[in-house]
Amino acid sequence: MNKIFALAGVVIKELYRRKDFYVLFVLTAVLTFAASAVNFFQDEKIIRYVKDICLLLIWISSLVIAIVTTARQIPAEREARTIFPLLAKPVSRAQVIAGKFLGCWLAAGIALVVFYFFFAVIASSREHTWPVVMYFQAAWMQWCLLAVVIALVLLGSIYFAAPSSTSTISFIVVAGIMLVGGHLNTIALSQPEPMQSVLAGVYYFIPHLEWYYLSDFVVYNMGCVSWVKILAATLYAAAWTGIFLTLAWLGFRRKNLTT
Amino acid sequence: MKISPPLTLAALLALAFTLAIGLAPQAAGWSQRDKAGNVFGLMFGDGRKLFANQFFTMADVYFHSGYYPSVFDKNSDEEKEIISHSHGKKESEEDEKNEDFLGKPKDWIDAFGRNFKITKHTHLEHGNEREILPWLRLAADLDPQKIETYTVGAFFLREHLNRPDQAEAFLREGLRNNPDSCEILFELGRLYHESLHDLNRARNVWELGVRKYLALPPASQKESKLIFEEIVVNLGHLEDEAGNYAQAINWLHAAQKVSPAPDALQVQIDAIQKKISAKQP
Repeated sequence: MNKIFALAGVVIKELYRRKDFYVLFVLTAVLTFAASAVNFFQDEKIIRYVKDICLLLIWISSLVIAIVTTARQIPAEREARTIFPLLAKPVSRAQVIAGKFLGCWLAAGIALVVFYFFFAVIASSREHTWPVVMYFQAAWMQWCLLAVVIALVLLGSIYFAAPSSTSTISFIVVAGIMLVGGHLNTIALSQPEPMQSVLAGVYYFIPHLEWYYLSDFVVYNMGCVSWVKILAATLYAAAWTGIFLTLAWLGFRRKNLTT
Repeated sequence: MKISPPLTLAALLALAFTLAIGLAPQAAGWSQRDKAGNVFGLMFGDGRKLFANQFFTMADVYFHSGYYPSVFDKNSDEEKEIISHSHGKKESEEDEKNEDFLGKPKDWIDAFGRNFKITKHTHLEHGNEREILPWLRLAADLDPQKIETYTVGAFFLREHLNRPDQAEAFLREGLRNNPDSCEILFELGRLYHESLHDLNRARNVWELGVRKYLALPPASQKESKLIFEEIVVNLGHLEDEAGNYAQAINWLHAAQKVSPAPDALQVQIDAIQKKISAKQP
């Protein structure tokens, strides 16, 4: 386990050495401040659109950080040929995969904590409340989603040739699932066979990432979700993360690293 | 030829300064053009109307606190509730049932996913209606010819947020962009009548609305029959309130010609006539 944590530590250090997080955070902050500075009908109490914009930026930024950081992990090690001294140590390929995953997930978690703290400060400055539990649930669910996404990207980085293609395909898949995934069964009903069965199959086969989007509850102050449901969704995310990591390990185990 | 960097810099600065002087007055004009639709019109062309519609829809989404059909759900193309609300329509239980676009869960994924979606039909209240205003403001900026934006925004400003001054300013802006709009004149008259209790200004604005309607070509008059009826019925009520019973009856008679329910108006006419006969010695 120590080896996995050591590998994860390297990934976390990489996050704060690179400029991605800082740029995205500053961009989020600037756009949020700009949005909140606009005065609509001289009403100072309007806040929901600012929360909406800020959360959207947080979602985009965290996905960019998670996907881009993860996509370059293994290809960068191969390109720099640091993968060979790494594997020459008593570290198995499974531990490399687990360490890379844990590092990326924890790095995304740290970024989320900073983003949500900023969001809470902005929201409370106008609403004068701290619905901490609601914010925690939203951040937790987003972190669970990021676990699935990071595992998926790690799997992609084993099979795709370059980090850019892995990132692009991952963005398309994640955005597609978030926007259409929950409606595939409805779309399937209006399609002729065999498309109907194909779409219905895809609907049951994909990880339902749209469940993890709790921003509406936060924006519209709709209260908290049942903890039992949050726990079930967490287990669902853990299962999918496990599936993707196992597939990544199976691919990486047989991967010829010299080509 | 050798180019001196300070001279190049000076020349570029002079060019930038000259361009700024030349373009500044034009740029100010961009946001004042009503037909071209301000600076957004210049940037997006007719595409801005799509964005304006989207922002108007966002106002309706906010009004329902996120409980809103997507393009994949049934009811996705129904009339926006902020519009029907601004026309004073109250929801019946049947309406509520019809608007339950989710229906029963189709499978376990759908059922479980609903725990993480807003599934309760609510409307903003207690002053929270203000949250729809940014979207209406943006919709008005993007498409100044979209009349509902002004009427809906003004309705919520005066009726729910007690801001008749802002409502009037918004409607006046709408009227500048759409000088022939009977709908905006009707809403402006309601503001004077119901919120400011200024009968004279309400009467003037509504009478202007009637004149604008009568100046329309016959095909457009047919389309605007409903708003004409609303204006003349309200004029009738206003004159009744002001004690000008004969004029009130005239307006209600005019309303009867376009109304789908002339009998209900006849009852009102009869009531006013009773008042006239009671007044006579």
